[in-house]
Amino acid sequence: MPEMQAYGASKPRFETFSYLPPMTPERIAKQVAYLINQGWTPAIEHCEPERAQSTYWYMWKLPMFGVYSVEKVLAEVEACHRANPGHLVRLVGYDNFSQSQGTSFVVYRGGR
Amino acid sequence: MAPKAYEAGVKDYAKTYWVPDYVPLDTDILALFKVVPQPGVPREEAAAAVCAESSTGTWTTVWTDLLTDLDYYKGRAYRIEPVPNDPNAFYAYVAYPIDLFEEGSVVNVLTSLAGNVFGFKAVRSLRLEDLRFPLAYVKTCGGPPNGIQVERDRLNKYGRPLLGCTIKPKLGLSAKNYGRAVYEALRGGLDFTKDDENVNSQPFMRWQHRFEFVMEAVRKAEEETGEKKGHYLNVTAPTPEEMYKRAEFAKQLGSRIIMHDYLTAGFTANTGLANWCRENGMLLHIHRAMHAVIDRNPNHGIHFRVLAKCLRLSGGDHLHSGTVVGKLEGDREATLGWIDLMREPYVPENRARGIFFEQDWGSMPGMFPVASGGIHVWHVPALVTIFGDDSILQFGGGTLGHPWGNAAGAHANRVALEACIEARNQGRQVEREGRDILMEAAKHSPELAIALETWKEVKFEFETVDKLDVQRA
Repeated sequence: MPEMQAYGASKPRFETFSYLPPMTPERIAKQVAYLINQGWTPAIEHCEPERAQSTYWYMWKLPMFGVYSVEKVLAEVEACHRANPGHLVRLVGYDNFSQSQGTSFVVYRGGR
Repeated sequence: MAPKAYEAGVKDYAKTYWVPDYVPLDTDILALFKVVPQPGVPREEAAAAVCAESSTGTWTTVWTDLLTDLDYYKGRAYRIEPVPNDPNAFYAYVAYPIDLFEEGSVVNVLTSLAGNVFGFKAVRSLRLEDLRFPLAYVKTCGGPPNGIQVERDRLNKYGRPLLGCTIKPKLGLSAKNYGRAVYEALRGGLDFTKDDENVNSQPFMRWQHRFEFVMEAVRKAEEETGEKKGHYLNVTAPTPEEMYKRAEFAKQLGSRIIMHDYLTAGFTANTGLANWCRENGMLLHIHRAMHAVIDRNPNHGIHFRVLAKCLRLSGGDHLHSGTVVGKLEGDREATLGWIDLMREPYVPENRARGIFFEQDWGSMPGMFPVASGGIHVWHVPALVTIFGDDSILQFGGGTLGHPWGNAAGAHANRVALEACIEARNQGRQVEREGRDILMEAAKHSPELAIALETWKEVKFEFETVDKLDVQRA
């Protein structure tokens, strides 16, 4: 049994998947494929890190209604990140049946 | 039509209450009883007796029967069926006209259907197995104050089950030490911590002191992590007046959620509290202490699926459902049946899961099933598979018992959960590949690695006492 470790200072977290290592493009692609397969609509939002606690972030264009291409979604994620370096970027799956979000997770955790 | 002539005396229940050609109305409340009659009592007569005693009948004819239209108000036993694997028992289906019950009152429904009839001498034992509430009745009930969708939107938590932890030891901590345990578990990555069901306001920790220290802990963990969190402040109290006082104080301190023991406190208290929560923007966590007294005996009492349906009507946003895999009783298929009844807008008849009636909930919100009791990181793959996203997984000992403390224990659970969700979304068979998924995730998390090491041997493998009555090949 390894020696006891102190649990360090709390870090800012961003809900789902934020306790796993930062997303790689390959891992993001698989989650986008899942989201589309569930019948949800992909959407991208971004925010300055200091304002991240509010419910509403900036929308990056409109939700991608009728977009079923993983590549297209990933390209928009990249475009949002390039246009807003240092911002948090999250991917949302809108579920119009539950009138909620099927999933939402941060793909860029902010900072340069 | 003028009433028939009055004849005093005792007549067979079956003459009035056994109506085998009856076609239930869409507005009838339907009940399924498992009946073990006394020796020598015919099944039709026993079914009719149960029906009579739970609706309009009494043991003898009375002249005042003729002052009303009993054919309109009486219940009707309309079908009997054998119980698989039990020659002494049979199923009796009974239909009750909706006007027998006060609107919006599961109290009134249960007082009739699970009232005096359960002590009736003509039956040796009796169990209320299932109830169908017509949509017309569902619409008269308040239901969950918020529901799954609203709770997710309020907490900004999507695409995964929520994580909780009951603070232990369940009794005996001071308020300040208790708040410490809350703070550690929340900052480590849990969404919720929870009062135990029997934590009310004991001499070692009065409720005001607990509420104040706990809310300081919740606020600090929220500030540090940026995530929304809560602690289920148990407002169960000796009187409704005291219960509301505690709820008001929780609101004043900024708590997002309170909790209630709906069976020991009763449905009247619960329905009132649910209404209060709806009016005050408060989430309501429901514990089911005492349920096993009522629902565990396969031949007598009320099945948990009925208690769960009644709670959905009375109001609650979370309800303990059993874990299937932990330390407490719960058959897998039966559990899947009642978690459908908690969450779904419409549930079809499904005998394989113990669901005897279809149930249309209309637009009534769903409740999060809460899996709690003897679960730890090794159970996460199975729990994710059984419960899916709309659930709350609560690790008490499985958080607090981590060798490095609550924060590390919470962290380990969160990593295990997120790893399993990511793997599931990638199309992996999480239950079968659980070990690999957890071991891979542990490479990035020493907290998880130690948790996996600590609990690798713990299993709870006892046979379920209350099995589903299904024909086995």
